[in-house]
Amino acid sequence: MRAYEDWVIEAETKGMKISEVILRNQMEELDQSEQVLFQRMHTNLVVMRESVEAGLSGNRRSLSGLVGEDAAKVEGRRKSGESLIGDRMSGAIAKALAVAEVNACMGKIVAAPTAGSCGVLPAVFFTVEDARQVSEHELLLALFTAAGIGMIIADRASVSGAEGGCQAEIGSAAAMAAAAAVELAGGSPRQTAHAAAIAMKSMLGLVCDPVGGLVEVPCVKRNATGATIALVAAEMALSGVRSAIPIDEVIDAMGAIGKQIPCALKETAQGGLAVTPTGRRIQVGFL
Amino acid sequence: MGAVGKSNVFDLLGPIMVGPSSSHTAGAVRLGAMARKILGEEPIQGTVLLHGSFAKTGKGHGTDLALVAGLLGMAPDDERIPMAPLLAKERGLNLSFQIADLGDVHPNTVKFALLGKHGGHVDVVGSSIGGGSIVIREINNFQVEIRGDYPTLVILHQDLAGVIAQVTLLLATAQINIARMRVSREKRGARALMILETDQMIDQAGLDLIRELPRIYHVLAIGPL
Repeated sequence: MRAYEDWVIEAETKGMKISEVILRNQMEELDQSEQVLFQRMHTNLVVMRESVEAGLSGNRRSLSGLVGEDAAKVEGRRKSGESLIGDRMSGAIAKALAVAEVNACMGKIVAAPTAGSCGVLPAVFFTVEDARQVSEHELLLALFTAAGIGMIIADRASVSGAEGGCQAEIGSAAAMAAAAAVELAGGSPRQTAHAAAIAMKSMLGLVCDPVGGLVEVPCVKRNATGATIALVAAEMALSGVRSAIPIDEVIDAMGAIGKQIPCALKETAQGGLAVTPTGRRIQVGFL
Repeated sequence: MGAVGKSNVFDLLGPIMVGPSSSHTAGAVRLGAMARKILGEEPIQGTVLLHGSFAKTGKGHGTDLALVAGLLGMAPDDERIPMAPLLAKERGLNLSFQIADLGDVHPNTVKFALLGKHGGHVDVVGSSIGGGSIVIREINNFQVEIRGDYPTLVILHQDLAGVIAQVTLLLATAQINIARMRVSREKRGARALMILETDQMIDQAGLDLIRELPRIYHVLAIGPL
């Protein structure tokens, strides 16, 4: 079975970025040139950027009317300079809400790794871009790092809410984003592993209990909290904080927990928030 | 997906799609698009039966809009998907949606009964099985399994020694490689079905040659999505 640790060791031995190791691996496995892979990844990056802009500028409501317009509220407060937690974090929250709202309102997004968790990566990537003036080439490379973590998760556990709960969707997105943020900020391959592990550990056990079975409540706001967890994990790893449990073992634990979570809490809308009095009322009122 | 059990970077980042759900929206667009391909012409009228989760949570996921968009030939990343019913009206496509119990099938299943501009009609049952992937289960009450990732030939024929060989020989001559193949029959000697998923698309001349073969009743060529 593939292990992230193997890629970390290869990167350390060869003095490469972790993204370069993953890129080489994919050139071989997909039998495609570096140029083709970059081009395909570039298409993803463009749509990610557009979805952030669309979400921040638009005022849309979802089909159910449950979500929309929250990204603009957070962005407005950030711009007023009154953010309680600082410009960078509030910016990340606004971007994550923006993309998740675009998704809920039938706009165009990149599933990363899923549609329900599509806001985390764009939020973290463009927040770090603003903070560090990284080049587009570096952003594209870091998308391979994010995808690399995701591939290990998909192989060893799952990125589907129906199989593993929300920890498998937003949790995976946060781990992917954390690793990428570390690379973008100049951290080592080993630090990307610690960041992903710390982020994933913070999301373990999170269930998937969407009201009415829709990708709205609590999914949209969890994209925002997922993005902040990714940044917090990256900050710790960049500071030299280490995860006591290695990333591959954290992923295995997530997979095992996913199996132990009852079906009612895995995207079936039969438990948790979905069956609260208010959740039920919303469902009946809308459907 | 790449090799079995091994994901690649674009499984994790992508697809690019109109939200909110890969199974209930992106998959629904692909099911509609596949039904249109199977009909083989512009649909003008249809009944759409929604089963299970498609029926229960479809409205909030825009499943109905997505199915219409697919029937109009759109792809999952087409930003006109929310406006699909309006576009359908403009193009003279009349659809009625109903909730139905389609039996022991995947929770995200839909049945189309479509009528085309040139008078063709077809019944198609398909399921959205996760991550935007789909599988067509039934065409005109015949069990099939078509995922839409390869050009596909669906051939209704008599169950008799050599019929399959004639078809595969024609394909070989046309340099068309078979990726996956499934054969089934009602009973020995009766009507049989072969489904061939190929690496290359067969041209009209090749199709005509297959249609002229003895003991072939019906040939349907479906392009990939």
